[in-house]
Amino acid sequence: MLARISRRLAGLLATLFAASFVIFAAVYAAPGDPAVFLAGGRDKLTPEKLELVRQQYHLDEPLAEQYGRWLWDGVHLDLGRSFKYSDQVADLLAARLPTTLALVAYATVLFVVIGVGAGVLAAVRRGSWVDSTVVGGTTLAASVPSFVSAIALVALFGVQLGWFPVTGGGEGVGGTLHHLTLPAVSLALGALALISRVTRQAMVDAGAADHVEVARASGLPEREIVRRHVLRNALGPIVTMCGLVMAGMLAGTVVVETAFGISGIGSLLVGAINTHDFPVAQAVLLLMVTGYIVVTTLVDLLHPLLDPRVKERAA
Amino acid sequence: MLLDIEHLTVRLPGTARPVLTDVTLRVASGEVVGLVGESGSGKSTTANAALRLLPGDATATGRITVDGTDVLSLTGDALRAHRSRTVAMVHQDPRSALNPVRRVGDFLTERLRGAGLDQRAARARAVELLAAVGLSDPERRVRQRPHELSGGMLQRVVIAGALAAEPRLLLADEATSALDVTTQAEILALLRSLRTSGGDRTPGMLFITHDLQLAAAYCDRVYVMYAGRVVEEGSADDLFARPRHPYTRGLLDCSPTLDTETREIRPIPGRPPSLADAFTGCEFAARCPWAEAACETWRPEPVALDGGGTAACRRLPVTGAATATATDTDTVTVTEGSVR
Amino acid sequence: MTAPTLAPVGGPRSRQPLGVRVAGGFLVLVVLAAVLAPFVAPYAPDAIDLSASLVGTSGDHLLGTDSSGQDLLSRVLYGARTSLIAPVLLLGLAALLGVTLGTLAAWRGGWVDTLVSRITDVMYAFPGLLFTVLIIAVFGAGMTTSVLALGLAYTPTVAKYTRSVALAECRKPYIDAYRVQGMGGARICALHLVPNLGRSVVGYLVVLFGEALMSLATLSYLGFGAQPPSSDWGLMVQEGQAAVVQGALLPALVPGVAIALVVVSFNVVGVRAADRLGSGR
Repeated sequence: MLARISRRLAGLLATLFAASFVIFAAVYAAPGDPAVFLAGGRDKLTPEKLELVRQQYHLDEPLAEQYGRWLWDGVHLDLGRSFKYSDQVADLLAARLPTTLALVAYATVLFVVIGVGAGVLAAVRRGSWVDSTVVGGTTLAASVPSFVSAIALVALFGVQLGWFPVTGGGEGVGGTLHHLTLPAVSLALGALALISRVTRQAMVDAGAADHVEVARASGLPEREIVRRHVLRNALGPIVTMCGLVMAGMLAGTVVVETAFGISGIGSLLVGAINTHDFPVAQAVLLLMVTGYIVVTTLVDLLHPLLDPRVKERAA
Repeated sequence: MLLDIEHLTVRLPGTARPVLTDVTLRVASGEVVGLVGESGSGKSTTANAALRLLPGDATATGRITVDGTDVLSLTGDALRAHRSRTVAMVHQDPRSALNPVRRVGDFLTERLRGAGLDQRAARARAVELLAAVGLSDPERRVRQRPHELSGGMLQRVVIAGALAAEPRLLLADEATSALDVTTQAEILALLRSLRTSGGDRTPGMLFITHDLQLAAAYCDRVYVMYAGRVVEEGSADDLFARPRHPYTRGLLDCSPTLDTETREIRPIPGRPPSLADAFTGCEFAARCPWAEAACETWRPEPVALDGGGTAACRRLPVTGAATATATDTDTVTVTEGSVR
Repeated sequence: MTAPTLAPVGGPRSRQPLGVRVAGGFLVLVVLAAVLAPFVAPYAPDAIDLSASLVGTSGDHLLGTDSSGQDLLSRVLYGARTSLIAPVLLLGLAALLGVTLGTLAAWRGGWVDTLVSRITDVMYAFPGLLFTVLIIAVFGAGMTTSVLALGLAYTPTVAKYTRSVALAECRKPYIDAYRVQGMGGARICALHLVPNLGRSVVGYLVVLFGEALMSLATLSYLGFGAQPPSSDWGLMVQEGQAAVVQGALLPALVPGVAIALVVVSFNVVGVRAADRLGSGR
């Protein structure tokens, strides 16, 4: 068990190093002088400013040393300075991260509850109209990009019905929930489709096991059978998939935050790229990739808790 | 009569013949009845029918009563009560009968809860049951998971689960086939001891196996099934000593024994029929050493035998008389010649 | 068994489910619209008419106009061109690179295989579109960059798939037979292995098509892909978004619905086509 954990952690670190190096070294892939690129182009670029960038990024030193320094600072939450906002990048992120996390959490609750619920329902009523509706609905939901669903939601619930605000983040818990409902729905829609399909398939597979028929033969109530024998055994793939999808949602906020004008790290990334503010883009990418890798590793480590057989094999 | 199956016919869509045809079978209180046949002969379907556990698209005609209750008309809560309290099934492979991710104790308590006990009482009773089926350290066993127990131990757990609700009828579907020989003997002894300890409400048992020798040694009466029909029925001793139906004889001839030096192992030629095979006459005719052309078209009906029991064979007088000859001859061809 | 064809709706029509036939028919219409756009579109896609800004559906403008008075129907018809061609290009790039890498990894094994799978791992560490976004952040926005970047981002997926199919194929006796005849590894791969993988890889690409189209539209929506005055659907949604708040839904909804319909049709047809291509042997 311990060997498994340490092996996974080593893998996590290796991937993190490689991914962060790609993000860092991307500067050198850019055409032209890296300092000019980091400063955001030649517009209004003074020699003093260029010198400042060179210093801050230690561009005179060897690449490996620069990378080490960048990473070391990054671990100490010093992510450099934004040349556009003239602000610490770490402060920019800290100010926007809570909104993004709230959005991801909200969307996760939605897709887990509705996605798993719909999947269970479809599996239990397999072959019925409920099943066809869920399968058809998820095929459709999986084919609508989140920015399109965002517009459709705004048009219907924001503009036509006026139930929800069409933009912004909101104040307080109630206000935040109110403002984030439509964004969370639009972020959750694709995930929901995926999860309900995975749930349905996992339930169908688990329901085919002999012990389910044995439980049925012993007169257990159908509800108990579904809960304790089918769903319980299907949890492995369901939880794993939910974790992966949730981890990937950080990237999904890029689109949804832009569509709803929410000030989070996703819209920060888009803004940074459109204004050539590369240090900010680097920091957001690093944060999102780190979050993704950490969550996926955690999910992988949690798996044995759900299936004692896996634990046994791993031990 | 505890279990009373009358003229049960079960059809599945898309098959050439019924899974079960006109099956009549009885188990009395306290009786151990064997049900023998090759795989696909309809043994398990018969047992499942007693639980009304047939495939969703199957159609059943005939009557099944357990303790006077008409099983085929049961639905909803009455059906669940029937399955949880009146009849219990012990399956062939204990490892696939238990949910691998749950604890052994859960397997028992969920059945006990179904019988009306609260969680505490169910827990205590589960430990008692595990002790009753001869598992050591039952307190620890209830907390273990199936993969931590051996096959024999698991089968004891399954039997404990079957006994949890003190059922009237026990269905043992190849309950010992997956176990090694010594464990098999222990489980057989356990099943018998449990059956005799019940006093007035002694449960009956339907013991399903492919092993005619075992059934003859273990049961009071035996039914032999072939291609969805009961071809012979009789007391275990009669059946073993004087098998009347050619198929029963074939089954006895194809298993090795120590009793008679002269007997050779003679496999039944051909293969068991599948559901895609339809028959106009006797299902066994194609594999039967005594078959005549008329057997292919003439459907045999069960006839009462002297000394009890029934058998369904057109050539019954001949095969009955031929017993002595057949056991003495060496090969099927010679037997055929002597009969003709 | 009829010979499977590459056409999405192949074989006897009566055997296809209704949904597949409807989706296939719709896609044929979209392709026709893209090809015939100059002949069927009532206006030029970039014809600005500020006097007809944000008019709803009318005889003059069947699907209304956007804030610049451009005819939405005409723009959507022209937009079908970029929306269909760009995914083909990026998947072509991903197929070229992915099949090469995947075949190499399967054929050579050893360190080549390890290297390819390490590169794949690092690229998979970037969730969603982030790898593409990183490339765009470095090289700047634009349709060409987007197509190249997405092509690169899809490469590991295609490589991984190709590797698995190629490994299975390499175990077949005919490969050994060529080897015994003294044929070189590169020749066997190029002349025999890759052509035999072709069918299932194409089936896999068909399944990826809808997703690739969505990804490209998303990039354009974010301003990273197609640039004005293009009639790209993603870009049209972005341009029309402001009007939604004013109550004019058509400028954003028309291209949005176009994307959703084309993607859903591709997914319905694609799964079917992949089944036929993958299980054909």
